[in-house]
Amino acid sequence: MKRRLFLTVALILSCIPAWAQFRVEVSGVGLTQLPIAVVTFRGDDMAPQKLGAIVLADLERSGQFRGVDTANTVLDESARPDFSNWRQRGSDALVVGSVSRLADGRFDVRMRLWDVVRGQDLGGQSFAVLPADLRLVAHRLADFVYEKLTGDRGIFSTRIAYVTKNGRNFNLWVADADGENAQSALNSGEPIISPAWAPNGNQLAYVSFESRKPVIFVHDVATGKRRLVANFKGSNSAPAWSPDGKNLAVTLSRDGGSQLFLMDANGGEPKRLAQSGSIDTEPNFTADGKSIYFVSDRGGSPQIYRMAVNGGVPERITFSGSYNISPSVSPDSRWLAFISRVNGAFKLHVMELATGTVNAITDTAADEKPRFSANSRLIIYATQQQGREALMTTTLDGKIKARLAGQNGDIREPDWGPMQKH
Amino acid sequence: MVRLILAISVAASLAACSTPIKLDSVPVEDRSSTSPIGSAGASGTASTGSQSAVSVVNTAQANSDASMLAAGRTVYFDYDSFAIRPEFQGLIEATAKRIQMDQSQKLSIEGHTDERGGREYNLALGQKRADAVRRALSLLGVPESRMESVSFGKEKPAVVGTTDAAMEKNRRAEIGVR
Repeated sequence: MKRRLFLTVALILSCIPAWAQFRVEVSGVGLTQLPIAVVTFRGDDMAPQKLGAIVLADLERSGQFRGVDTANTVLDESARPDFSNWRQRGSDALVVGSVSRLADGRFDVRMRLWDVVRGQDLGGQSFAVLPADLRLVAHRLADFVYEKLTGDRGIFSTRIAYVTKNGRNFNLWVADADGENAQSALNSGEPIISPAWAPNGNQLAYVSFESRKPVIFVHDVATGKRRLVANFKGSNSAPAWSPDGKNLAVTLSRDGGSQLFLMDANGGEPKRLAQSGSIDTEPNFTADGKSIYFVSDRGGSPQIYRMAVNGGVPERITFSGSYNISPSVSPDSRWLAFISRVNGAFKLHVMELATGTVNAITDTAADEKPRFSANSRLIIYATQQQGREALMTTTLDGKIKARLAGQNGDIREPDWGPMQKH
Repeated sequence: MVRLILAISVAASLAACSTPIKLDSVPVEDRSSTSPIGSAGASGTASTGSQSAVSVVNTAQANSDASMLAAGRTVYFDYDSFAIRPEFQGLIEATAKRIQMDQSQKLSIEGHTDERGGREYNLALGQKRADAVRRALSLLGVPESRMESVSFGKEKPAVVGTTDAAMEKNRRAEIGVR
């Protein structure tokens, strides 16, 4: 009897859609998180998506907000809230809204944000959208709230790309930033690695092994059309877009060794970026497009270097440890995320570039491929937990993490897309 | 006991759950207007030959160097090393001899690593292994025009697992004839 009860509980706990969506799983202590009340939108119970819940989950995943209990509250955007009540509940901000079905089948979504402390109206939003766009609207509302309250742009309506491996089947996915709404861009019986979003958010470059060697494709996400841009003799890998979207930095072995080249994103003759007798790979552009961070073992062990795209002597950036790889520079150029091997464990580290201060921000041992969100506030990376590959997002201090795990197989190779144009 | 029950129930619930998003088996085909892989030329069709070499090693449970040699197409490497061990010199020489007897044949040399570390850096390490074998063959007179060295990094382990024995089998270069 006891056993049956236990089983039932476990089933219920794990059948919430945690397997498809990023869930906050580590909460830091002593953080300055803004307490916010997001009331269930009027009409949420009748709508195909629960807008209030999506907005709150987005805000909490950012690490900068803490949800305040709103149980038994009925309130929408049309009424002026009782601020003293919300202050008593410990809330600094309040989000209220409604969703209702229009005669033409679309949904009318309205939201208002209140500053509870000052009793001020911070503005509202309204949309009339198709049912399929309700999640996107919720992410836009979260972006609005985030920007109003933090001064930074929100990234909740951006997209991510990642690869799943299920048996011998590999899939390249494009999903919303919360992991929902995943669409397959490519299904292959051979590995796919290193997806990289074009700065316009419309294309992905990636490495596919479908022809029994690594070659680089550029894939249009909306149409599914793709073109082979690098298929030179030897291996073709590690595509990185220049910020203007015109060029790709790539690693080619065609002239011997793994070396960095710059080529037109439409294909064409690559131009050598650097020359060494060592491994040079994993290029990553700075936001101004003038410099590239990359990995080289020219000093005897893999370390991260920076060099001007126009040439010049590479400058070594990492000095601690004997294995530092996978550099990713933040869009605001303040941070460098990378993987460092520490006592045999591969761990995500973040360096403040102005000071060189480095922090390890995970407890896991097989971290891979960090990539920044477009507002430089979060990092997505791959890791292993309970023997399976999963994706995580983390704040730069490592205090708030969320996990995306697949129901089947492994999830890996994330890249976080640019801001969406509204 | 409680722990066991928990393990069982979690496993059961994992199997029973459904998710709003199917993370697997969405049959999306490549809708390219062209078929670019065709232009990959020689590299595209050579694959099956070298792939079978992997399973030969696996099923034979090759443990001794002799049986590795019998497998005939795989050079194994020490950890963090790109040096061809002396016991594989015979394999390299036999390969060079064979390829020179049939001028129509080309070699595809595929480098692999164990699973530790990043995917792209491992791709570069695997390339170093493939290049080492290619250079050894070149020294024996095989023209560069008849060889291509490529890397799979850690993407195609011969043996799945994190034991030292598994990783030893994965640090390798496979020589395929096409």
